[in-house]
Amino acid sequence: MESRIQRQARPDSMLINMGPSHPAMHGTFRIMLELDGEKILNAETEIGYLHRGFEKTCENKTYFNLLPYTDRLNYVSPQINNLGYAMTMEKLLGVRVPERAQMIRVLMSELSRVSDHLTCLAAMAMENGAFTVFLYMMKAREFLWDVIEFTTGSRMTTSYIRIGGVRADLPAGWRDPVKTAVEETRRVLKDVHGLLDKNPIFLGRTRGVGAMSGDDALAYGWTGPCLRSTGVLYDVRKAHPYLLYDRLDFEVPLGDCGDNYDRYKVRMLEMEQSLRLIEQVAALLPDAAPLDPAGGIEPAEAVRRGRLSRPAEKVRLSPNLEGSEKERYPGILTGDAPVVVPPKEETYTTMEGLISHFLFFMDGYGIRPPKGDVYFSVEGGNGEVGFYIVSDGTGRPYRLHLRAPCFHIVAALETLIRGRLLADVIPTFGSMNMIGGELDR
Amino acid sequence: MSGFDFLTTRLETALGWGRKFSLFHYPFITACCGMEYMSAACAHFDIDRFGAGLTRFSPRQADLLLVVGTISHKLSPVLKTVYEQMLEPKWVIAFGACTVSGGIYRNYAVVQGIDKIIPVDIYIPGCPPRPEMVLDGLLKLQEKIQNEPQDWRWKRKT
Amino acid sequence: MEKEDLIDEIRKRFAAEIESDGESLGDQVLVVRREGLRAVMSGLKGRPFDYAVLLDLTCVDFLESESRFEMVYHLFSLSRNRRLRIKASLPGANPVVDSLVGLWKNADWLEREVFDMFGVAFAGHPDLRRILMYEGFEGHPLCKSYPWRKEQPRIPLRD
Repeated sequence: MESRIQRQARPDSMLINMGPSHPAMHGTFRIMLELDGEKILNAETEIGYLHRGFEKTCENKTYFNLLPYTDRLNYVSPQINNLGYAMTMEKLLGVRVPERAQMIRVLMSELSRVSDHLTCLAAMAMENGAFTVFLYMMKAREFLWDVIEFTTGSRMTTSYIRIGGVRADLPAGWRDPVKTAVEETRRVLKDVHGLLDKNPIFLGRTRGVGAMSGDDALAYGWTGPCLRSTGVLYDVRKAHPYLLYDRLDFEVPLGDCGDNYDRYKVRMLEMEQSLRLIEQVAALLPDAAPLDPAGGIEPAEAVRRGRLSRPAEKVRLSPNLEGSEKERYPGILTGDAPVVVPPKEETYTTMEGLISHFLFFMDGYGIRPPKGDVYFSVEGGNGEVGFYIVSDGTGRPYRLHLRAPCFHIVAALETLIRGRLLADVIPTFGSMNMIGGELDR
Repeated sequence: MSGFDFLTTRLETALGWGRKFSLFHYPFITACCGMEYMSAACAHFDIDRFGAGLTRFSPRQADLLLVVGTISHKLSPVLKTVYEQMLEPKWVIAFGACTVSGGIYRNYAVVQGIDKIIPVDIYIPGCPPRPEMVLDGLLKLQEKIQNEPQDWRWKRKT
Repeated sequence: MEKEDLIDEIRKRFAAEIESDGESLGDQVLVVRREGLRAVMSGLKGRPFDYAVLLDLTCVDFLESESRFEMVYHLFSLSRNRRLRIKASLPGANPVVDSLVGLWKNADWLEREVFDMFGVAFAGHPDLRRILMYEGFEGHPLCKSYPWRKEQPRIPLRD
């Protein structure tokens, strides 16, 4: 089957394929170009190489079970996807999340956002030849991922933000890694500003290239840093504030002409704002009351005693469950409805706890929201990440749809590169931050 | 003739040593594991220390195909073509749970493990695997390269 | 314009096409007949409603019902900071609806995705073909009638 570009091609032009596996294609993406020398006459893009059947899978999994799939959507900022899904479900269920959990969610979101922008700009700079910037930004990202790892147990795909709150509380001594991460990232950003901001090579490749007007961007449904680089102010955190964003102080940087340089600049400035937000939230978050390290009985002993009567002593949980003890629950998980996993002390030692634990995970029971549909969106690294969930009253979603921000942004790529040179494709595509997991779902 | 065997054994050891410490890899990156690949390749967990730092962006110049991330049915012919374009001797590492067995995805769109398309030497599980696991897998591959019979006569490996 | 005035104005202007309107968990929802969809959309895009952004366009498959597919559109008005959800039902036998490509540019890819996943045809779309699945894939995966795990390999698999 001939593709459209082959049918429309002139007889003397060259058809070249920047195939699905290409160093400059972030993930898998195919661009077919019709060239006259180096000038691009026509372009056609093809997506879908990472289509993993997310939406169909969600129709076959329970609401709790499909949380890890949301991590793998925008995989450079996974906590934001978790957040979007959890908040959509909370809107549908009508539960309220405790304040401490909201603050931790903001912290995790902003850490994810910084690592998203770091990865995007690092890849974009590397493809333009600035390999040092890539190495510096990856170094900064490691410090951020350290914080995430100490809290959630995993560096990247965490499934930490759950329906009703967060999975576990921050570990004791969390302030130091956060402070180190913010300092190191600031240092790296300062270095990168010095390396790229006035660099004639970088400016030559990105200034005036891939320019998009605000009206066109809105017609394409652009959101996020790419839209803000054209000068249009739309940030979901300011327009429809969620969590604590209406109480925190941050600016939304805007660009002028929507070219690649503006997209780079907006992301750099947004990272600084996100670091400010992290510091503000860290100052607001009180340290949780320390748990007694010595007291408590072992789980096996508690189970044995629980056969006769509920043990009076505290149960010392295994290190894997650290941070999710029963005393922590009111701060991090909602008590509004049975939409959270019951605390392990209850599960191990009481009959009611055991039954509610099983019922939570069993198919057909567990989280069963009322019938209806809901749409909720959060500000992701690329723009407005929206979830549209249709519920039919059972334990599985009837339909779950992700509004992927980079789907709309990448739809405009063909028009942006037509008429330009071959080398302009690389920075243009790099600055769009295409993430395959989100684009293809 | 035992003298000849002694020479070929020494030659094979030398070839194995040379091949394992100068792996040119082709990262066939698709999905989330790419982020951990980037971490493994950069300064914190360096793969350059093991001689595998040079990324070749063409299969014709690479001898290690690092398949990173989910392979869908739409992409499977591309993977097979890239594998066939590589020259002997070549090795394949399946990086991440999706390439090992389809991972958490078992539906109409995902290939359940790349060993259904190409032969695989080392499987690195994890979703995504920590960079230390990647380095461990690389070291195991180096051990495998050292110990396998080297085809130094340029004959085609079946 | 205040929220209630806006809804009243919409109801007055498109009275013929609207089947029902209401609220669902705080979101404004409008259910229109599919014949009047394009008129409603172009009216909403212009003044005074000014819904300049098509946020999302998707479809839901209600297998057991007579009007099997339900198109769901999310519009956003930047100047008024207001969202709107519009639904239109399609029969299962011949699911065709007007394309919105002339109004919003991202409708191109969004409609191709709905065509690919559900089989809904869009009248007036310049280039309606599959976008996420590959040539040679039979069926429309997100329909409830398509089995979840039915793979259609492109190349012969080993083992």
